[in-house]
Amino acid sequence: MTRVALIGAGKMGISHLAILGAHPDVQVVGVADTSKIVTDVLGKYSNFECFADYQKMLDKTKPDAVFVAAPTKYHGTIVKELLNKGIHVFVEKPFCLSVNEGAELVALSKQKKLVTQVGYHNKFIGTFEEAKKIVSSGGIGEIEHFLGEAYGPVVVRKKQETWRSKPEEGGGCLLDYASHVIDLLNYLVAPIDKVHGAMLKSIYSGNVEDAVYALLETGNKISGVLQVNWSDETYRKMSTTITIIGSKGKIICDATEIKIYFKEADCPAPYTKGWNIKHINDFAEEVAFYLRGEEYSAQVDYFIKAIQGSVPNTKNNFESAWLTDSVIDKIKNKKNN
Amino acid sequence: MDRILFGDNQFFGVNHVSDEKSRAQAIKFKEDKTILKTIDIAIEEGINTFMCTTHDRIANVCDLIRLKPDQYKNFNIYPCMPYAHKYANAVTELGIVGTLKQYVPGNFFGSLFKGGMAFVSKDYMSMMELLIDAEMKMFKGINVPVIFIQNVLTDLLMGLGMKDILKEYHEYIIKKHNAEPGYITMNMPKLLDMLESVGIKNPIICSSINKDGFRMSGGKDLYEYTLKTRQVRAIAMQVLSGGATPAKEAIEYVCGLPNIESILFGASSRGNIHETVSLIHQFDQQKKIS
Repeated sequence: MTRVALIGAGKMGISHLAILGAHPDVQVVGVADTSKIVTDVLGKYSNFECFADYQKMLDKTKPDAVFVAAPTKYHGTIVKELLNKGIHVFVEKPFCLSVNEGAELVALSKQKKLVTQVGYHNKFIGTFEEAKKIVSSGGIGEIEHFLGEAYGPVVVRKKQETWRSKPEEGGGCLLDYASHVIDLLNYLVAPIDKVHGAMLKSIYSGNVEDAVYALLETGNKISGVLQVNWSDETYRKMSTTITIIGSKGKIICDATEIKIYFKEADCPAPYTKGWNIKHINDFAEEVAFYLRGEEYSAQVDYFIKAIQGSVPNTKNNFESAWLTDSVIDKIKNKKNN
Repeated sequence: MDRILFGDNQFFGVNHVSDEKSRAQAIKFKEDKTILKTIDIAIEEGINTFMCTTHDRIANVCDLIRLKPDQYKNFNIYPCMPYAHKYANAVTELGIVGTLKQYVPGNFFGSLFKGGMAFVSKDYMSMMELLIDAEMKMFKGINVPVIFIQNVLTDLLMGLGMKDILKEYHEYIIKKHNAEPGYITMNMPKLLDMLESVGIKNPIICSSINKDGFRMSGGKDLYEYTLKTRQVRAIAMQVLSGGATPAKEAIEYVCGLPNIESILFGASSRGNIHETVSLIHQFDQQKKIS
């Protein structure tokens, strides 16, 4: 039984908490949130012990692992404290607002030999996993170019401001939406190394960007385009699509289906020359408890298994999330030049 | 409940296995009257119950239905609440408290804060009741014999261990709305355990039940065992598991299971509606004979 606590019970925190609450190998020992109404409701209707002050919670409950789903600007401080106490950490994405701070945390977690994970859940979606397999095995040959897109209806009119509309606190489409796409591209194609140009555009928001457009290049010279817009109401919910063009074929992949074109008959089984389409139900692995999508349960399960030592701590560890942070940083520095 | 229930995913671009199909459907059903036309086709095929989300556009469809009370007098709607994306997008943008302020009707929430009064548990329950009443307004004058909680909320409450809220919801639906409470879930066996633990017997539970075992958390075997050995009024949804299994095989499987009171499906064309309805009748008939 792994003893787990949660810091930050907002949208993602509550979702993690429900999955942790139903996980057979997890005992939730505490929940910390600064919102009185949140701890009050949890205190009344659930069996979780709630705290307003996370430090008090850590001292009292001594968890093996902590899920951090507080606003991004607090990630650095909280995570450092946890690592210093020898606690395994799962933190929501994006990892850190500062690349230097992130690098320090990567080093600290390695030194302390702790399990770390960041909530880039797309890597636990069957279709993207299949894309990874095909690309890694050379199924579509040498990669020439990629396109990473995400659209959704988060900000579709001018509205009151929250921390999500403050760039210094981790708000904006780049940190919230585009981070997912960048992370997937780093994983599926190769780590992005250069940003040749970027435009961050506001559509409805006053202080942050609602759309991100960038021209990218990986360390091994693959070119790519990033196009992300969270003010697109033609989408019912966030929709992320990755297109990868290789010398032997092409992949178009989203969370529900993967379309693969192979130029030659010599392609990985069971695929055949020409277009192939597979859907998520061909890949989705059964989870013990389902909430919002298999990937949310699968990522929590992977983290718990990594702590227990039954899987390697390679997927979404701090190092991989730090690479994503550093691309975000490069886009920020290149914007509107 | 009727043997066959007609679903609404196709009308709102909800397709669990293809974003592309979702978009095509959203385009097809741009007009509210196109939705009602498809419902009329379902009625012609003998379906009398429409199970739908409390989506804004359903309110418009209800307006159209109310215009012809005679035509729809035997027609039932099973609402499923809340339309979760509305709230989820709001939470991303406004936070939890901001969302409650926006959606809880009247000054209820504001006064809770202004007065600085202590939160007592009754207040949260009346907040839930106000939200249910607000979502139910659109169905005024229409037969609403069963009211469901959407799976994202059912499963969230389950994971958080909030069984008292499920119980309160159950009692409130019976008392205030004179309807039967139902639950949509992706974790049917687990939910049944939790509902029974708060004294809810033989509940109406709608969950994915299909030959592929798609979205049957805990496993297909456990679902089959639960249906065979426990008291539950099951509704099978995603019976075609998003179109992966041929319709005939998929329906044969579900019709062959014990304890499935209803089958829920959605389709946009007369051909598909007719095919599914005929298959259900065919396999039900076969089961009766054997």
